[in-house]
Amino acid sequence: MAIKQALSEEILLSVGKPERYLGNEVNAVRKDPAKTDIRFVMCFPDVYEIGMSHLGIQILYEMFNNRPDTWCERVYSPWVDLDEIMREKKIPLFALESQDPVREFDFLGITLQYELCYANILQILDLSGIPFHAAERLYTGSCEPGSQRTGRRSGAGSPEGGFRHKSSGMLSEDGYRNHPVEHEGRGRRELLLGEGSPIVIGGGPCAYNPEPVAEFFDLFYIGEGETVYDELLDLYKECRRSGLTRREFLRRAATVPGIYCPMLYEPSYNEDGTLGSFEPVCDGIPKRIKKQAVEDLDSSPFITKPLVPFMQVTQDRVVLEVQRGCIRGCRFCQAGMIYRPTRTKSLETLKRTADLLLEASGHEEISLSSLSTSDYPELEGLVTYLIEKHGRTNNINISLPSLRIDAFSLDVMSKVQDVKKSSLTFAPEGGSQRMRDVINKGLTEEDIMRGAADAFRGGWNKVKLYFMLGQPTETEEDRREIAHLAEKIAELYYDTVPKEKRNGKCMITISTAFFVPKPFTPFQWAVMFTPEDYLDFAHTVNEEVKASLNHKSIRYNWHEAYVTVLEGLLARGDRKVSATIESAYRRGALFDAWTEHWDWQRWVDAMEETGIDLYFYTGRQRGEDELFPWDFIDAGPTKRFLLDEWHKAHRAELTENCHGRCSSCGAMKFNSGVCFNEKNGSRTLRAGTEEVYLYPVESCNPVPGLGRAAAHQRSEGA
Amino acid sequence: MRVRIKYSKQGLMKFIGHLDMMRYFQKALRRAGIDVTYTEGMSPHMSMSFALPLGVGMTSDSEYVDVDLNTPVPGSLIVERLNSSAPEGVHFTQAREIPEGKAHKGMNLAARADYTLTMRPEYAWGEGWKDELMKWLEQPHITVMKKGKKTEKEVDIRPLIYEAKFSGDKLVLGLGAGLDRNVRPELVMKAFADASGRSFQPFMFLINRDEVYADLGQDGAHRFTALIDLGKEII
Repeated sequence: MAIKQALSEEILLSVGKPERYLGNEVNAVRKDPAKTDIRFVMCFPDVYEIGMSHLGIQILYEMFNNRPDTWCERVYSPWVDLDEIMREKKIPLFALESQDPVREFDFLGITLQYELCYANILQILDLSGIPFHAAERLYTGSCEPGSQRTGRRSGAGSPEGGFRHKSSGMLSEDGYRNHPVEHEGRGRRELLLGEGSPIVIGGGPCAYNPEPVAEFFDLFYIGEGETVYDELLDLYKECRRSGLTRREFLRRAATVPGIYCPMLYEPSYNEDGTLGSFEPVCDGIPKRIKKQAVEDLDSSPFITKPLVPFMQVTQDRVVLEVQRGCIRGCRFCQAGMIYRPTRTKSLETLKRTADLLLEASGHEEISLSSLSTSDYPELEGLVTYLIEKHGRTNNINISLPSLRIDAFSLDVMSKVQDVKKSSLTFAPEGGSQRMRDVINKGLTEEDIMRGAADAFRGGWNKVKLYFMLGQPTETEEDRREIAHLAEKIAELYYDTVPKEKRNGKCMITISTAFFVPKPFTPFQWAVMFTPEDYLDFAHTVNEEVKASLNHKSIRYNWHEAYVTVLEGLLARGDRKVSATIESAYRRGALFDAWTEHWDWQRWVDAMEETGIDLYFYTGRQRGEDELFPWDFIDAGPTKRFLLDEWHKAHRAELTENCHGRCSSCGAMKFNSGVCFNEKNGSRTLRAGTEEVYLYPVESCNPVPGLGRAAAHQRSEGA
Repeated sequence: MRVRIKYSKQGLMKFIGHLDMMRYFQKALRRAGIDVTYTEGMSPHMSMSFALPLGVGMTSDSEYVDVDLNTPVPGSLIVERLNSSAPEGVHFTQAREIPEGKAHKGMNLAARADYTLTMRPEYAWGEGWKDELMKWLEQPHITVMKKGKKTEKEVDIRPLIYEAKFSGDKLVLGLGAGLDRNVRPELVMKAFADASGRSFQPFMFLINRDEVYADLGQDGAHRFTALIDLGKEII
């Protein structure tokens, strides 16, 4: 049987990596569309290799497809070569499995894993022929694929035609915002559910501040997808059967816990531009949206038939999620706050899942995944099992990306990897002890040196160090300490390892990322700096590295400074920023996370056109009583707790981790995980243990494959 | 035990390149639970070799991969297990035991491959080209420039065109295959297009590889035998 292809053979053979667009991966799900009620397409708005590596989509993919009435498919951002062809030939964006146009689906789910993909969201909508603005989709079914970038569509190209400028505060009779599209199309018929575009629903960590992209989405799902999606899909079916309008469905969906419908909430602004109020515009929907969290990971849906792509993707291995959340409380880390409380999977579940996933995928590697794998209580049992059962007999590689360095982990690592080739990664994040206390890293120089000495004795001689620059209270001296720490580690190598046992000189690589304050962290009040300032910070470190005695053993890389500032704008932006994103997209912004496609000028022009003051969003000191655009979301940790932590940071005061002592952050209301167990005394802290917590970069980056070192790095041998 | 596995690669699988097929195979063998031998050393990998890489865009009824097994498995079971997790377009047909030793590897034996070419309607060359092609092939020598990795050299491909015939609208070509005698069907068709003043377009033919042969003939005589026929049944 010939499989339908949205792209002709000529196109597939002329673009790079046609495997990206086929949808014929092992374990891809095909169903008969005539026998399914709901067509869902799940999108990761970046290129296939990155998107295919994302665990969350795979979980939801299988969960949705387990419903007999639903067919869930996938779509990723077409790479720039195909993007151009699709625009030229007006080929609508298609879902991979059925190759049917995305605009014909019931739902388009877009996961928001990092801010730099925001322009790609508009590419997805544009190529699909879905009107950008949720409000417009109440009336307009679809538009010509690719037409919204060039602005040929009436009303879309000019600021006057936009969604935002006329909407401030004006409510129509029924209590909904009176959008310009209604002015244009007075008397236009509202579309019934299922008639027009798919329901565009966003999720993922960036959905915790959905406001900068709020106008592009019909709904957001705040929190973990395993909980209320079934309820939402059932509601959709019911509303469609009853012949309700799209608007009516959205209103009902907004009553489902965790579901946020931006169109039904109205911000108002103070004279200084800060948020004055943020209120629902109709009755019966919650004022605050409570994030969704799985109570018991052992009984939540999990993957049994992993998708196995043909091409090499970023995560070409089984990814075994051992726990969710993190007990640490690093003050810069969003994942550590929004995934609270920490919940673990049982050893038995993990053993069974590992066997099953290895068998079903045929992968030759398994990687343990969590924000901080060393905190998993049964780690030793799990690793021993994997080595015995799979490593020895089946030649399966075991990858342990986020372990603290201690005797156990070094022993395990020497068993599973080639010591001579591999490097150990430490993430002290701050160069001086004061900085590490400010960010609540809970890590002393002594800990680092002890871990490094153990590693050197174990035969490693490559060490990577990750730091952040531009954190609150940081001084020039703190920055210089980064180089000093690297120098001390280099000296330690030459002191610890006798000449005859050395495997060449040691190589210490320092990478610094510039700090971006994120919503729902204690640092959400922090100021950012200008790109020029950031580069000065990096130069300070670089000078100090060059002045080191062992500078030949030390390399220094730093990230792109302008990208950092954009990330800052998008991370803490409000609804006004969506016009800027739209303008930047029209100017060609796409794949901003990719150095070769990134262009700062587009964003500068877009900010100017849409009247967005970068300083207001990034450089301004936010008031402690300021209402933030994301405050309507209840992510667990309370604003009171975050503010206390913000104050403690300024006093360089540490806060204990969740195992040590409960800080009453607010996550206990989710009634699960570490809070629940601790209160019931079912788990006790190993008292008096001095533990060394050295986190590799993966541990603090929730995006698989987009480690901080992956993109936007400028390097200079020091 | 060394086993030769034969499979077809059709449909969307034609867009999957050779390197990705190798990756696919490693995972497919694991999924099938077939006990494949690994190389020694710090990063062990499956010992496995493909007879003749297939270009992206071509389909095939006869792809061959040789693998070493630690424990013998009946050929029919290998085929069945591999098929149970195969994606649409990949179909395993036979698995047979072959002698060990370098000389018996498919990649060293491949000497001829047969291809069926179908011209896509939108590229029609018009009437008369079939007769002209057959006439052109009657020449004793056909010299073309053949691109190597670094060099470009003149080669006479006529002795490596073992067969050319039309079956309805389809053109069947039997061409030299393997390391120093490989002739791609597009190379022949482009040479003909150049010689007859026609324009050659990259996607004008749908090309299917029908079979790959070893040459068991001696003293200049050819005796082509399909690679799978060199193996014996594993029961």
